[in-house]
Amino acid sequence: MMTALTSPKNAKAKGRRVIPGFHFTLFFTLFYLLLIVLVPLGGLFIKTATLSWSQFWEVVLAPRVLASFRVTFSSALIASLINIVFGLITAWVLVRYQFPFKKLVDAFIDLPFALPTAVAGITLTSLLAPNGWVGQLLVPLEIKAAYSQPGIIIALTFIGLPFVVRSVQPVLEALSKDTEEAAESLGASRGQVFFRVILPEILPAVLTGFTLAFARTVGEYGSVIFISGNMPMQTEIIPLLIVSKLEQYDYTGATAIATVMLVVSFVLLLVSNILQARAAKRLGAL
Amino acid sequence: MQKTTALLTLLISSSALAASNTLLNVSYDPTRELYQEVNAAFAKKWKAQTGQDLTLNQSHGGSGAQARSVIDGLEADVVTLALSYDIDSIADNAKLLPENWQSRLAYNSSPYTSTIVFLVRKGNPKNIKDWDDLARNGVQVITPNPKTSGGARWNFLGAWGYALKKYKTEARAKDFVQKIYKNVPVLDSGARGSTTTFVERGIGDVLIAWENEALLATKQLGEGKFQIVAPSISILAEPPVTWVDKNVQKHGTEKLARAYLNFLYSSEGQEIAAKNYYRPRSKSIAAKYTAQFPKVKLFTLQSTFGTWREAQKKFFTDGGVFDQIYQK
Repeated sequence: MMTALTSPKNAKAKGRRVIPGFHFTLFFTLFYLLLIVLVPLGGLFIKTATLSWSQFWEVVLAPRVLASFRVTFSSALIASLINIVFGLITAWVLVRYQFPFKKLVDAFIDLPFALPTAVAGITLTSLLAPNGWVGQLLVPLEIKAAYSQPGIIIALTFIGLPFVVRSVQPVLEALSKDTEEAAESLGASRGQVFFRVILPEILPAVLTGFTLAFARTVGEYGSVIFISGNMPMQTEIIPLLIVSKLEQYDYTGATAIATVMLVVSFVLLLVSNILQARAAKRLGAL
Repeated sequence: MQKTTALLTLLISSSALAASNTLLNVSYDPTRELYQEVNAAFAKKWKAQTGQDLTLNQSHGGSGAQARSVIDGLEADVVTLALSYDIDSIADNAKLLPENWQSRLAYNSSPYTSTIVFLVRKGNPKNIKDWDDLARNGVQVITPNPKTSGGARWNFLGAWGYALKKYKTEARAKDFVQKIYKNVPVLDSGARGSTTTFVERGIGDVLIAWENEALLATKQLGEGKFQIVAPSISILAEPPVTWVDKNVQKHGTEKLARAYLNFLYSSEGQEIAAKNYYRPRSKSIAAKYTAQFPKVKLFTLQSTFGTWREAQKKFFTDGGVFDQIYQK
């Protein structure tokens, strides 16, 4: 750790870099980012800018849009929180234990990345619909899974799982057992070890996983529209409203909503980056 | 390998250099089977007449999404969509064809029609006979979202037209339609999605559907599981067709495109439409298929709502009647 921290400083002091052509690659990076990310997103803002402020607020604060924001953000938040807990457990098991077919289980984690989300949505819906395998067990309990907000949350949990597992896993792997053992030999309980030794170490990674999962699920469309029932004011998600604006050839209305989503997501990403940096710093100070 | 060939064909056919014996028909979802048959028959006829081999490409998707693709540059020679509003939008937003396109071909440029009927489960357990039964308590109705589905707009207007004829005032029509939508547990984004919800997921007591989709569903899923109930009165759905002027001029396919669309009006074309469960315009062909199509009193969109542009604005734009129904 110490050498890793000091060596770039040394390199800088001597004015040499590990990989040559820094200026060229920096230029390339910025240009590439501009072309792939900033130009399309800029187009979004330019299109939105054709609206006046009052028109913009009228679109964004319409009751139906507000209801959708509530559904989308609350579902994504709940799903990402669920993924923190279960993603962490999954990552822990994969890192710390040996069991048969471990490689296979490890590969399963990435399936939600690979599967077209519409396929996931249709599959989950047919499972959870009142006549599906799982759904029919829920009917007598009067639990409505498909065509309700729980359905949306289930779909988003599915989509978001790999983000948490894949963010936490490498950090857990790198974690040395020495500190844990030291803590235990000093008389710490398992709980204390987890919350005071392990958690601080992996917290930045957990936050990363959470943010990625959240940002991804907020914009999720394919899997949700099949399972949500799409009822106005109740289970309509924001991406569906954007599509329905487009269906009315209301391009500016669509971009206005998309802009709000983008800004909110960006702020969340920024906050989480700052939190991560702080957590990392505190860790470094320890 | 097949994929590459398909891709190449698509590239070649959509490039400006395409020979004038290629045609791209941009259509909507439920016409896939119809145009496969039309294309084969037309190509055969064209070959007999001119000795020329034709490549007829077809593209399917949601009607609105297809219209947007054409606006954004998909070089369709002909468009055959679910509502004239979608073609109007191509005229308005991209100026690819004149605004009066709908008067260029007979019957409002709709060579075949359809209507809105009900699909119910075997034996009709909820005893659904007419639109009134859809507004009853305890009946679950499946229909897609008119905001995202062209077909769903025909459903909505069918219910509205019935209520207006029966209850006379707009306010009571609105109450009636609102009652129906209160009975809707799932609003899918498209017509095929609603069919799946009703047929595969077993949700709902009645599906409001295009007649051709309902006939297809009863035939394909085995007779006896579902049955069609025709309401006393319904809307005449007129899916329009036209050529896209700017594109056919660019491709040199105007003559071919016109011949292709006129073929839909020929007795051969009308017969193919009827076989694919679309109501033919030709009286003589229609007479041959009376057993297939239930007798329904039909009203046109124009007679009750004016133009599609007006209907769209009043009912389906943001803040329109459909939104009001859900925001009360």
